[in-house]
Amino acid sequence: MRRPPRLWRPSTRFAYAAGLGAALVAMPIVALALLALSPQAASIWPHLAANVIPRALGQTVLLLIGVGGVCGVIGVATAWLVTQYEFPGRRALEWLLVLPLAVPTYITAYIYVEVMGFQGPLQSALRALTGWRSLREYWFPDPRNLPGAILILSLVLYPYVYLSVRALFGVQGATIMEAARTLGASGRTRFWRIALPMARPALAAGLTLALLETLNDIGASEYLGVQSLTLSIYTTWLNRNSLAGAAQIACVMLLLVVGLILLEARLRGQRRFALPVRQPRAAGRLRLQGRQAALAALACALPVVFGAIVPLGFLIGQVWMRDLLGQIDAALLRQLANALLLALAATLCVVGLGLSIVVALRLGRESWLGLLARIASLGYAVPGTVLALGVLAPLAALDNLVADAARAWFGLATGLILIGSGAALVIAYTARFLSIAVTGVQSGYARVSNRIDDAARMLGAGTPELLRRIHGPMIRPAIAAAGLLVFVDCLKELPATLLLRPLNVETLATIVYGHASRGAFEDGALAALLIVLAGLYPVFVLARASGGRD
Amino acid sequence: MTPTTRLCALALTSSLMAVPALAQSVNLYTTREPGLLNPVLESFTKDTGIKVNAVFLKDGLQERVKAEGSNSPADVMLMVDVGQIDAAAAAGVTQPVSSATVDKIVPKQLRGADNNWVTLTQRARVVIVSKERVKQDSIGYEDLADPKWKGKLCIRAGQHPYNNAFFAAYLAHYGAEKTEAFLKGVKANTARKPGGGDREVARDIQSGQCDIGLINTYYIGLMSQAKNEQKGWYDAIKPLKSSFKDGGTHVNVSAAAIAKHAPNKENAVKLIEYMLSEKAQTLYADGNFEFPVNPDVKESAAVKLLGTITPDRIPLSDIAKNRKAAADLVDKVGFDN
Repeated sequence: MRRPPRLWRPSTRFAYAAGLGAALVAMPIVALALLALSPQAASIWPHLAANVIPRALGQTVLLLIGVGGVCGVIGVATAWLVTQYEFPGRRALEWLLVLPLAVPTYITAYIYVEVMGFQGPLQSALRALTGWRSLREYWFPDPRNLPGAILILSLVLYPYVYLSVRALFGVQGATIMEAARTLGASGRTRFWRIALPMARPALAAGLTLALLETLNDIGASEYLGVQSLTLSIYTTWLNRNSLAGAAQIACVMLLLVVGLILLEARLRGQRRFALPVRQPRAAGRLRLQGRQAALAALACALPVVFGAIVPLGFLIGQVWMRDLLGQIDAALLRQLANALLLALAATLCVVGLGLSIVVALRLGRESWLGLLARIASLGYAVPGTVLALGVLAPLAALDNLVADAARAWFGLATGLILIGSGAALVIAYTARFLSIAVTGVQSGYARVSNRIDDAARMLGAGTPELLRRIHGPMIRPAIAAAGLLVFVDCLKELPATLLLRPLNVETLATIVYGHASRGAFEDGALAALLIVLAGLYPVFVLARASGGRD
Repeated sequence: MTPTTRLCALALTSSLMAVPALAQSVNLYTTREPGLLNPVLESFTKDTGIKVNAVFLKDGLQERVKAEGSNSPADVMLMVDVGQIDAAAAAGVTQPVSSATVDKIVPKQLRGADNNWVTLTQRARVVIVSKERVKQDSIGYEDLADPKWKGKLCIRAGQHPYNNAFFAAYLAHYGAEKTEAFLKGVKANTARKPGGGDREVARDIQSGQCDIGLINTYYIGLMSQAKNEQKGWYDAIKPLKSSFKDGGTHVNVSAAAIAKHAPNKENAVKLIEYMLSEKAQTLYADGNFEFPVNPDVKESAAVKLLGTITPDRIPLSDIAKNRKAAADLVDKVGFDN
């Protein structure tokens, strides 16, 4: 059999796609760096360095530590409980624990301020019970501060940790855990000495996603009054009219991200937990009794209640009380369709490119491929609007080039093809969420031992066959899981959608935002509910697909 | 094709959603929420037959028009802050609005340099107090820093554009030193960290957390109409006649500009003229309790609710100019920390 020319071998083709993916992410980041270095930027740097960045950096670091801690504890504890023990409600809780992921952080933040507010149900009940009339007579916790932001963000983001750690506890570690139990290790020993060290890479991967989301969150932290780096990027850009200054802060933030990613790589270490070739199976679970069972159930139910049921209940309540179902009309359905189609298109691009990057890494071991993967992961950390601004300039330039050429050569008025069609938005989503697919597929591949490749090749399989017949079936769940995560994230995405969508196009998120910016969030409750509901199904599938099935 | 590929193809092609048709239309880029604009736009289309294609952008409207360059479909840009629209004009993405009708209706100080933007409506930023606990009917903005309000004042973030414009006006009146002292004084009076929105100020007054705060007038109007708990917030507050001691009430504007490369320039002028007409001003200004710029509209909803106001004498362009300095001072005194 003749080998195809070097430049068109399967492995090279994947490398091209990987290059394209990395280029998409690099494009806005380079645009950002150029802005930060522009001459007008020099004048604002001293002010930022003296008055803005230290404080914002401090708040952001505290926020990250807090969210990391809370997400880590909730995610690991619940994953441990549902994989190791049997207690009433465990089966339902196992997938319910993923649900909070479907609720956008800005919506959860808004809802908790309402619920805990003076006229919210809690304080109203308290006043009815005690006869107090004004906040001067009692104290009530206010979520609008840093601790509030930490808790609220953690409630939405812990499933990232839960998902990745559970996958590890449930399937990968099963054999080892069973051996430990046979050898008489107590639950505590098994957790601290075996499970946790083993889960470190999964914990690091989950935490990285949660922390990157925290870092580029704007809606929730602004509403809760946290002076984060992301927020100061906005105020610098808008109030000082200094995009350059904003780009500088964004670059500081990017350094923080690179730090996070390096930390993750370090925590992951050189450890590889490739599985034995035989299909792994889940461990048997210890049955808990009485108080212990109740406590375990409670511990797993609390995050679900606060992360998903309270927000959902609030939205349903608003839709019901305000009789918002009348808002369902052709326009709303069109917006729903817009949101779904945009998310679907972006998901396909993201998964395609992400898969290519990981496959290229698997097939060729050149170090620059690893660099491409790293670059492709950066987009997730850049705040949505900043990323969108970075995408906007190069794409608009391309659009203008095409439009001018079409007019000059063919006399056609094409308009702005990419921006006018929504393709720019899909590109922005792709740059933003590519990292999810890369991380997800990579973790799937980590389970596929290299020995399998060797065996397949020895038996005569070429690269396409190896990918299609051996790798494909083995990493399909990981691909599906990554795709679903991306899909849900695209549905929730707001800042890039606001900036880049074409004329007359609204999505559910922009509708919610429109109402909220008028100060009437409640009127957007139906659209918010639809975002959550549209995200619930993928999240449900995700919970099933990535779980340790019996 | 397998079902999956078919689905993929469908998704990809429909993401290339049709570019709006070009026959008799005008393209509007707006930072004003569409719900507030739609009644006027629909009435415009009905009266003129010109279709309006709109996109609502929060931030980055100017950057988008600039990046889209000579092929940008943008005709009219509508913004709700003088600083933003002035920055757009300064960035060179606008062109002068040449219309005798506009010149006749809108006083010169409410138009940008060379008519690069035109005010549509005005809104005031006023002090509200607890109806129950505060017994006065008027106030100078300067008194917000009076220590007698210590622990009793609520305000949204100092970096929010509404406060930013207000502090910029203060700067224009009093200069940097006094403004810094004012900011420190206000900060020292706060009952809680500056944040949330304007309506939350009313809510926190109702709950007893504070007695006094700053709010844009249209929120008062919208709360007065609310059928939910916000009505309770409205009932708990009282707007004061607020002004600078040596001037008037601080106002900001919603304003329109024509994009430099507007493909439908004639229709753009028509839309702006229409929005200044008595009919549209009534619809548009009353819908959001703003003060109409057209003097022929006598009985606006805002005036009925709040009485007439005397806008401050500081030109809007000065406020726009002071924005950056005001933002720097807010950082310097750690207003939002």
